Amino acid sequence: MIKVQNLTKKFDDLVAVNNISFDVKEGEIFSFLGPNGAGKTTTIKMLTTILRPTQGQIKLNGFDVVKEPTKARQSFGIVFQDYSLDDELTAWENMEFHGILYGVPKEIRRSRIEYLLKLVELWERKNDLVKNFSGGMKRRLETARGLLHHPRILFLDEPTLGLDPQTRNLTWSYIKNLNKEEGVTVFFTTHYMEEAEKIAERVAIIDYGKIVAQGTPVELKEKTKTQSLEEAFIKLTGHQIREEKANSIDRMRMRRRARFGR
Amino acid sequence: MKIYIVWLRQIKRYFRSRSRLIGSIAQPLLFLLAFGFGFGPIFQKAGGGNYIQFLTPGIIGMAILTTSLFSGAEIIWDRQFGFLKEMLVAPISRLEIMIGRTLGGATVAVFQGIIVFLISFLVGFRPQGFFWPLVLIFMFLVAILFCALGTTIGSLLEDIQGFQLIMNFLVMPLFFLSGALFPLQGLPQIFIKIALANPLSYGVDGLRASLIGGAHFGFLVDFVVLGVITTLFLVLGSYFFSKMET
Repeated sequence: MIKVQNLTKKFDDLVAVNNISFDVKEGEIFSFLGPNGAGKTTTIKMLTTILRPTQGQIKLNGFDVVKEPTKARQSFGIVFQDYSLDDELTAWENMEFHGILYGVPKEIRRSRIEYLLKLVELWERKNDLVKNFSGGMKRRLETARGLLHHPRILFLDEPTLGLDPQTRNLTWSYIKNLNKEEGVTVFFTTHYMEEAEKIAERVAIIDYGKIVAQGTPVELKEKTKTQSLEEAFIKLTGHQIREEKANSIDRMRMRRRARFGR
Repeated sequence: MKIYIVWLRQIKRYFRSRSRLIGSIAQPLLFLLAFGFGFGPIFQKAGGGNYIQFLTPGIIGMAILTTSLFSGAEIIWDRQFGFLKEMLVAPISRLEIMIGRTLGGATVAVFQGIIVFLISFLVGFRPQGFFWPLVLIFMFLVAILFCALGTTIGSLLEDIQGFQLIMNFLVMPLFFLSGALFPLQGLPQIFIKIALANPLSYGVDGLRASLIGGAHFGFLVDFVVLGVITTLFLVLGSYFFSKMET
């Protein structure tokens, strides 16, 4: 379902992703792990057609993301790591916008939006502007939106970051259900190792732009002779704390926050 | 349907932001009042006729120019607030997004132009030989042209400060050197050449001709020049927008 071959991304002299290859089978739940700045988000951005690879090939659902981006885009859904909602629209309008862009027929769209907004407990607030939502509410809305069009592949970039355990549980059970019932392939990144261990069928660990290990959680534990995926992860990637390089947009956000206090 | 929802979003955002609504009408209004009443008597004495009559089409053009160009800033906002990603990964082509945005921005700009037009009645503007379909056509042409230019600039820049800087360097010269404020006849050669290279000149001329009659370049020239430049900017805008990465 996802086929990545010799993928490389360079930013000037920095090699963010260095010649990685992996496959994710149809209907599989795959987790992509790594410390901050290891290349996770860059990889997801290339997989989801927003960054052009420097080298290598990516196929989603059989479509080359560089040559046939629109067909590839039709095949996946994504929940981004950072906000991607329109603040000036209501929760309902954000969902509706997404549903229409992905061509979900009206009847299905309406009922699914209702179901999902109820699931993430935002139904009562459906007509409120998103700018009046708290961080957690925005996150929940974002997750609900990513699930709206029942894609063949679902990308989740730290989907449960900042969610309380209740919502986290609900989100995962919905995703697992989607995976089981409709055979949706799930590709997610997370910093919660117990989440990856519990949910992923296979994981890949990336560090300094290279894949250092991949296999089932059990295989990785056996290989590193550890008791949990967290220990295995630390053994493979070391104890050192990484600093991420801020990109220009992050810098701009920081300036805005500093100036306008948001 | 996809283009429609992108368009609808622009419209909703515009009508929800009251400060934008008022702010973008206040400036043309100030110009209309200050220049209209300030230079009116001199213009009359010099044999130019009623200055408000002459000025109003130019001010309508200016209102449309400003709103259209600034619609390009929305791309930068969307990028900053992350919403651009939502659109870029969706199964909609960049061209469709660009068309939806441009039409949305143009609709808003034309709406502004119409408001200024209506307000101008209060200060004594009276259209003569007024032919409204032509007025609307020229309004839309000017709007689409500068929306496409705004998109081009918005796609190339990453932060809003840079965008504002460029806008300030663009809006005023385009406006002042377009024949919006004074007739182009009898100006020094250099000014005439600059005005000829300024797309807004043809927009203002077309608006003036369809509102009060008396075209400087002539309808056909206005229409063809605007059409060609609009197409050019649309191609340019789509190209840069399609090359954009977040």
